[in-house]
Amino acid sequence: MQKKRVHLVLLGILILAFLAGNLSYPKYFNQAASFLREKAHINVPDFWDIPFKLGLDLQGGTDLIYEADLSNIEIGERSQKMEQLRDTIERRVNIYGVTEPVIQIQGENRLIVELAGVKNIKEAVDMIGETPYLEFREILSEEERQKEKENIPEEQITAMIELIKEQTGRDATREEVLEMFTFNLTKSTELTGEYLKKAEVAIDPSTSEIQIKLKFDKEGSELFEKVTERNVGKPLAIFLDGMSIIDTDGDEKITANDFYAPVVQQKISGGEAVITGEMSMEKARKIAQRLNSGALPVKIGEPISQKIVGPTLGKISLEKSLFAGVCGFLVIIVFLIIFYRFPGFLASLSLGIYIALILSLFKLIPVTLTLAGIGGFILSIGMAVDANILIFSRMREELKEEKSFIVALEDGFRRSWPSIRDGNITTLIVALILFWFGTSFIKGFALTLSIGILVSMFSAIFITRNFLRAFAGTKLENIKWIWR
Amino acid sequence: MIKFTKHRKIYFIFSGILILGSLASLLVFGLKPGISFTSGSILEIEYKESRPSNQEISKILDTFDVNFALPQPVGEKGIILRMEEINKETHQQILEKLSEGGVEIKERRFESVGPTIGSELKSKTKIVIALALLSMIIYIALAFRRIQRPLRSWQYGITSVIALFHDILIPLGVFSVLGKFYGIEITIPVITALLAVLGYSINNTVVVFDRIRENLLRRGEVFEETVDRSLNQTLSRQINTSLTTLFVAGAIFFLGGETLKYFALALILGIVAGTYSSIFLAGSILVTWYSLRYRKRRG
Repeated sequence: MQKKRVHLVLLGILILAFLAGNLSYPKYFNQAASFLREKAHINVPDFWDIPFKLGLDLQGGTDLIYEADLSNIEIGERSQKMEQLRDTIERRVNIYGVTEPVIQIQGENRLIVELAGVKNIKEAVDMIGETPYLEFREILSEEERQKEKENIPEEQITAMIELIKEQTGRDATREEVLEMFTFNLTKSTELTGEYLKKAEVAIDPSTSEIQIKLKFDKEGSELFEKVTERNVGKPLAIFLDGMSIIDTDGDEKITANDFYAPVVQQKISGGEAVITGEMSMEKARKIAQRLNSGALPVKIGEPISQKIVGPTLGKISLEKSLFAGVCGFLVIIVFLIIFYRFPGFLASLSLGIYIALILSLFKLIPVTLTLAGIGGFILSIGMAVDANILIFSRMREELKEEKSFIVALEDGFRRSWPSIRDGNITTLIVALILFWFGTSFIKGFALTLSIGILVSMFSAIFITRNFLRAFAGTKLENIKWIWR
Repeated sequence: MIKFTKHRKIYFIFSGILILGSLASLLVFGLKPGISFTSGSILEIEYKESRPSNQEISKILDTFDVNFALPQPVGEKGIILRMEEINKETHQQILEKLSEGGVEIKERRFESVGPTIGSELKSKTKIVIALALLSMIIYIALAFRRIQRPLRSWQYGITSVIALFHDILIPLGVFSVLGKFYGIEITIPVITALLAVLGYSINNTVVVFDRIRENLLRRGEVFEETVDRSLNQTLSRQINTSLTTLFVAGAIFFLGGETLKYFALALILGIVAGTYSSIFLAGSILVTWYSLRYRKRRG
């Protein structure tokens, strides 16, 4: 009766091992299946093939952290703005065909962008960096301008006066210079690219001039109306990324000298603005395209942290760490068999099943495998043996006390359990704290180590134990040297 | 039976020297933090043909207004450049300059960390280490709360914490020496490994203490003998488990590539220190504690 149960459990373990083994490495099964299909015409389907999910450091890719400037945004609206920012950047990155970009908000104002693979990565990253930020800026009021004038350092004024003297031979007045410095100073309005619905290139039918038409959404239309209303008769500047949206001084480049600010004729309702000026069709198209890819709701600067891993390095890292894992595993098997003989052999089997189980879990959960994760996994192989070693050492002691095999086996397991439990719990606690820590490297390590520890307890307590039970009462039990 | 605790003075002196040495090295040399904890950039490139000499590379780099550390060769054709934090443009310019004159290079890796992230990570690391230590102490106190004889449960707790500090301080000391003389930095992988050592060290001590707890219940021996017996009984497990873990850590160290190398080194140092302390230190401290108490009662 008891024996029958053990055999059933054993069968279950073998099925589990078969499934896990093929799930983690389906190549051989599929070869056999295709062989059978071709030669014996038996319709065997291929095994379920789920790929491993590799982290950026193993497949190559880019990891960027940006900090958004939320200083102008009301506290209550910040999280919403961050979500908009995330969505916009996601849209942009998608245009460039990066596979499965991960874009997350971290904390209050951080944005993490993870781009895997290599195709077009540079363009995609540049695009995030070059994020168009559309602004409508109004000219300062007289009062504000006076204030600004007071802020201009004296050296700058005298330097400018000298410069004018040098170039034109004319004595410029102080007031004149101050006027020059401040005439096109602007301040931001409520209207930004955030409210832009669409930008398109058009040709004015009467003048055949090239235009860029901006269409605002409902909220934007109202804002535009308000802004134009209070600026009637005054220029309204349009900036893209802190610079004039188009070239106005005719040098084909957009510099700080360019200033595009058409004078508002009347209040504009309906939410449509038109940008006209000297520009080629191509340039106009480019600007419209940039605007359409989504203006950012908030400004982000250079990434505060970035990591780029080339594809070769990723591949090398993966191969090297896997090779190290295989070598470590083989040495452990040799060691176990030499030192613990037959139980060592059984432990090696259960260690093999352990590895297949873990790899299957990595695929099923799925766990994104990083270098750190593989490090944690390899370390867990070494630690998984610990439970087996504790049990075997204990069993040996019990056998030395001339206990029968089955008693020694069960006592060995029972007595070593507190140590196994206590030891693994401490490592689990540390792993949990590490997981909370949050850095991706440490997270990967902690996650695979935790999975490893949990599965290792299962493999030692359940798999190895039932392997050993299967030999209780058989002839092998009496061959003393293989057990001690 | 090996009388482990008999020569405890020798172990105390030996470990004392190691700990004092590590502390001195940490105080004098300090640790060399990696860019993740400060700020800066790392650029790793590979030359297609052959790597120019360090002087040639430095000459190219000197044209930039950026602070570079000495270029560090990796493998046959690779080189690692460390510098202060640079922006995208400078990064691009450096790559262009290095490939001037038809030199074919490939960028293997670029990392850049700004000062905010760096200092954040630094303070976060401190919190994590403190948390991990605290949770270990609480765990030990709970696990041994039922033992009251012949030592109090907190005494087991304190002992395992002493062993813990021993196991962490020695690798840190080694890293501070390596940092001073070979420029080896404390990186996130190294910290991760040290935290793993923390769990491992406690694990080792717990196995011994569990055995002592069990033997205390069963036999009527002198405390010293019980400790020695427990140490003997757990000896093969301690050594074997350390060996299997050392096998994999060694495999990672020698074969696992650059990123995991010092992760593995920290593990190896911690495991060796942890095994030593669980066999030689932890039991000896308990026995010393016991004899102090015993003497006090008699006197």
